[in-house]
Amino acid sequence: MEKVYHTTSAAATTVPRIAKKRRDKALWDRLKRDRWLYVMLLPGILLTLVFKYIPMYGAIIAFKNYNPLLGILRSPWVGWAHFQEFIFSPNFTTLLLNTFKLSAYGLLLGFLPPIILALSLNQIMNKKIRQKLQLILYAPNFISVVIIVGMLFLFLSANGPINGIVTKLTGKPIMFMSNPGYFRTIYILSGIWQGMGWASILYTATLAGVSTDLYEAANMDGANIFEKIWHIDLPALKPVMVINFVLAAGNIMNVGYEKAYLMQTSMNIPSSEIISTYVYKIGLQSGDYAYSAAVGLFNMIINVVLLLFVNNVVKKLNDGQGL
Amino acid sequence: MDMKMYSKFDRHVLVVNRIIIGFLVIITVIPLVYVTVASFMDPATLLNKGISFNPADWTTQGYQRVFADHSIVRGFLNSIFYSFAFSVLTVLVTMLTAYPLSKPSLYGRGPIMMFFVITMFVGGGLIPTYLLIKNLGMLDSVWALIVPGAINVWNIIIARTYFSGLPKELSEAATIDGANEMQIFFKIMLPLAKPIMFVLFLYAFVGQWNSYFDAMIYIKDPNLQPLQLVLRNILIQNQPSQDMVGASTAMAEMKQIAELIKYATIVISSLPLIVMYPFFQKYFDKGVLVGSVKG
Repeated sequence: MEKVYHTTSAAATTVPRIAKKRRDKALWDRLKRDRWLYVMLLPGILLTLVFKYIPMYGAIIAFKNYNPLLGILRSPWVGWAHFQEFIFSPNFTTLLLNTFKLSAYGLLLGFLPPIILALSLNQIMNKKIRQKLQLILYAPNFISVVIIVGMLFLFLSANGPINGIVTKLTGKPIMFMSNPGYFRTIYILSGIWQGMGWASILYTATLAGVSTDLYEAANMDGANIFEKIWHIDLPALKPVMVINFVLAAGNIMNVGYEKAYLMQTSMNIPSSEIISTYVYKIGLQSGDYAYSAAVGLFNMIINVVLLLFVNNVVKKLNDGQGL
Repeated sequence: MDMKMYSKFDRHVLVVNRIIIGFLVIITVIPLVYVTVASFMDPATLLNKGISFNPADWTTQGYQRVFADHSIVRGFLNSIFYSFAFSVLTVLVTMLTAYPLSKPSLYGRGPIMMFFVITMFVGGGLIPTYLLIKNLGMLDSVWALIVPGAINVWNIIIARTYFSGLPKELSEAATIDGANEMQIFFKIMLPLAKPIMFVLFLYAFVGQWNSYFDAMIYIKDPNLQPLQLVLRNILIQNQPSQDMVGASTAMAEMKQIAELIKYATIVISSLPLIVMYPFFQKYFDKGVLVGSVKG
């Protein structure tokens, strides 16, 4: 009786041990078999560690009184002081609103045009003509931001072509680039001019994948173009629209500072200064690294929170489907 | 499709639709045509009357002045080098990273992927990145523009999706023949992945070619400036070089010339991409479509 008990207890302890050993051996074999795959991963991992993760660690200077001579580690801690300074500074509200408005208005005005363009192009049955039109409509996407803003300055200057028309109509030119009231409009409209065609590619491709059976069935029922768009095209586009909207809304605080910075003039700063251009100026032009790092971190945190929030809202509205 | 399929109402809608698209095409083309014509204008006529289609008002003065200075040409050459080196490095790193991550049996695949994906949403920001580049001694060096951006998670996701779609039998057969993963990757997988490599290369090239911000913060040496920074000096900061404007010109004339130089500069610098793009359009379209595949 005792013997039996013994053997079972021995078995009870050795079996898992053997199993664990076998698993270790199996894992070791897998690692050994895939050793070259891990070697291939090294460059990517190294680059990411150095250029993505070290800056994340470096972001702790936002909580320090950073002194370049002492380095990141030995500089004294100041806690949330920089964040408080920013939040209670007089330009906090302006910066936050400028950033938010530029992005939100851009999303609201820019979201529909590519969809409408795709629906519109989809009605053109001649494939060759359609491709030529797309070629022209996509081209502005390849113009660099420096050239786009350079063109804006030329076209909107006091003696530029737009003011040539304005002067004929009203008698005096409008100072578009130095009036803060026009900044957002110019930024957003030129963005739509440049990006609408390109942004429509995904919608156009989705529409091209819609089965012709659906249209034929709709024709049998005597549906007109708008009814077909409403009942066939839009439902097909819905998933892409959702993804694009979530991505754009989640990136709302990451508005393109490259263009905003170029469009800034000393006169339009009241509406053109956004958080990221402010970070650049305070940090790299004035050398206040710690404070500007805190402002940048603040912006990023808002952005992550927004992304999670928008994704959740869309999930609820879209039957549990988010990103 | 046969026009008879459409009702009268639909035909009216189609006419309106054509008008709308025609309007959009015109809106797209007009600024580009205007810039091109303006770049050939006589500077005084341009500033006082705007563009004209009378050949008597046309000159090539703008172009002569732009090429009188080396900065544009130098910027061009720098940009070609930066864009090419950057794109090669990006494609290489992307492919090397994406292939192992496309293997479902790779131990630790999930966590490694997470390690990369996190960086899409969280980052140190502009200032810590700048301090890192500075501490690495990469300020005012070519490396600052080429290396840090070479790792891009979107690219990895795209390439990984592509590799996952390739038939498994190929690498299995090669394994039986005794090839190791490195040989399989370089001899079998990379040649198969040429289309996606080309798409990634084009995107990286155009992206690097058109960007100015990193160069603005990292590169101070005028000899190393890429084209976009040279353009910024001329177009945005109104600082065309003395060689272009000419030293002994009067204020009013200088203003006219500066205007003309800007138009000529825009045409010269955007011409290559605009001319090349139609040949590559299908690859760019493909890039958008592969990019939309959720990773």
